[in-house]
Amino acid sequence: MEYPEGLRYSREHEWVLVENDDHAVIGISDFAQNELGDVVYVEAPGLGEKISKDDPFGAVESVKAVSDLYAPVSGTVVEVNDTLPETPELINEDPYGEGWIIKVSMSDVAELDDLMNPEEYEAYCEGQDDDDDA
Amino acid sequence: MKRTPLYEVHRNLNAKFTEFGGWEMPLQYSSIVTEHLAVRSIAGLFDLSHMGEIEVSGQGADELVQKLSTNDVSRLSDGRVLYTLFCNETGGIVDDLLVYRHADNHYMLVVNAANIEKDLAWVETCNDTGAEVKDMSEDMALIALQGPKAIDLLNPFVPERDVSEIPYFRFTTGDVAGVPTAISRTGYTGEVGFELYVPAAYAERLWTAVGGQPVGLGARDTLRLEAGLRLYGMDMNDDTNPFEVGLGRFVKFKNRQFIGKSALLAHKRKGITKHIIGFQMLDRAVARAGYAIYQGDERIGSVTSGTPSPSLKCSIGFASIESQAVPENEKIDVEIRGKLHPAIIVEVPFVSIGT
Repeated sequence: MEYPEGLRYSREHEWVLVENDDHAVIGISDFAQNELGDVVYVEAPGLGEKISKDDPFGAVESVKAVSDLYAPVSGTVVEVNDTLPETPELINEDPYGEGWIIKVSMSDVAELDDLMNPEEYEAYCEGQDDDDDA
Repeated sequence: MKRTPLYEVHRNLNAKFTEFGGWEMPLQYSSIVTEHLAVRSIAGLFDLSHMGEIEVSGQGADELVQKLSTNDVSRLSDGRVLYTLFCNETGGIVDDLLVYRHADNHYMLVVNAANIEKDLAWVETCNDTGAEVKDMSEDMALIALQGPKAIDLLNPFVPERDVSEIPYFRFTTGDVAGVPTAISRTGYTGEVGFELYVPAAYAERLWTAVGGQPVGLGARDTLRLEAGLRLYGMDMNDDTNPFEVGLGRFVKFKNRQFIGKSALLAHKRKGITKHIIGFQMLDRAVARAGYAIYQGDERIGSVTSGTPSPSLKCSIGFASIESQAVPENEKIDVEIRGKLHPAIIVEVPFVSIGT
């Protein structure tokens, strides 16, 4: 399982990459794609739509289940990954790269402080694995 | 949770597990899509040891099994298998199952894992014939090999016969990899294949010898849906009758008595107001069980089973529709997270199959 440096992670398994000042790229983590299995459909908001921290902003459908996407930060959508409708499997193949979902202009960069760093997130995921085995 | 004799084998294969009908079963080993496509192109190996086996034997067994079944068991000769339903007195489906006829007054009933206790209780309740009813579920493992290459893959392990000569819905007993096995030409995937019933102690030996791509319950569900096969607990239950779920052809009224007959005749006379239809999504959205179906502004039913189809690369499903007859090619909408998505009613099976 990969937990790249330089990203921040939410408890709902989204990652955030801050590109410059207030622009952030959002996707789902390697842990999340592995739990979901084969992704077949991504429902993402359109350009200009607002997302707000901890609220659902879309959904990822795998063969086995549907999983809501929760906004790790608040902001306005400035870019949508338009390759995902045709190739949703990019989320499995490259969750931190070509499988990114949206880019937002953040409305409150202080919200980033609530997210986990890679080490914290890795420990968090390992705790969830233990829950699964229980 | 209950575990099959192959649980440790699945663990060593790094399976992801899921709860199903009280059992801890492998959901997937690699990916549902990979496993699904392996079964459609070559073959896959399934552990189905959670399924229940009930032996009915001795004086009165013929009469008891016939009385319980909506299908006509008296048409079975030795070595044949019959798909049937058990219905209750009001015509609701207790379970769907396979009846294996070994000989006069000697049958094996193969029932859904989640229904083993319910079915045993039902069979006992209805048993006024003196037949002996025995739960063999713990003692028996079930391994399925399904796919276009299943015959070629199985034959090397069966020295006594050519398994291609076992016709569909028949079975024979013999050694497979040195293990005493009931070899059944049946399955739940729409492909050529076999279901192998063996004593639980031999399960690992047979599994390891036959080998091949292991397939979990995730792909079992996508395969059965593509093949247009219903699943008890999703597409039917104690409150639905066979006609409402498109299984009326497995109800044989003529010259026989069976439990539920008068209720089912009454249902048939009154006319059926619900039907199961197959549908295919026209966009990439996924319809899942419980979602509402609309035609125009009117809600006409609900999805009973739905999944992305790895073969068709779109989503498919069954829906229960409140209407007399809904024609194929009719457009409907499925409500998914508050939005209507277009779908079309299609003929099932969704993919052409070759059993």
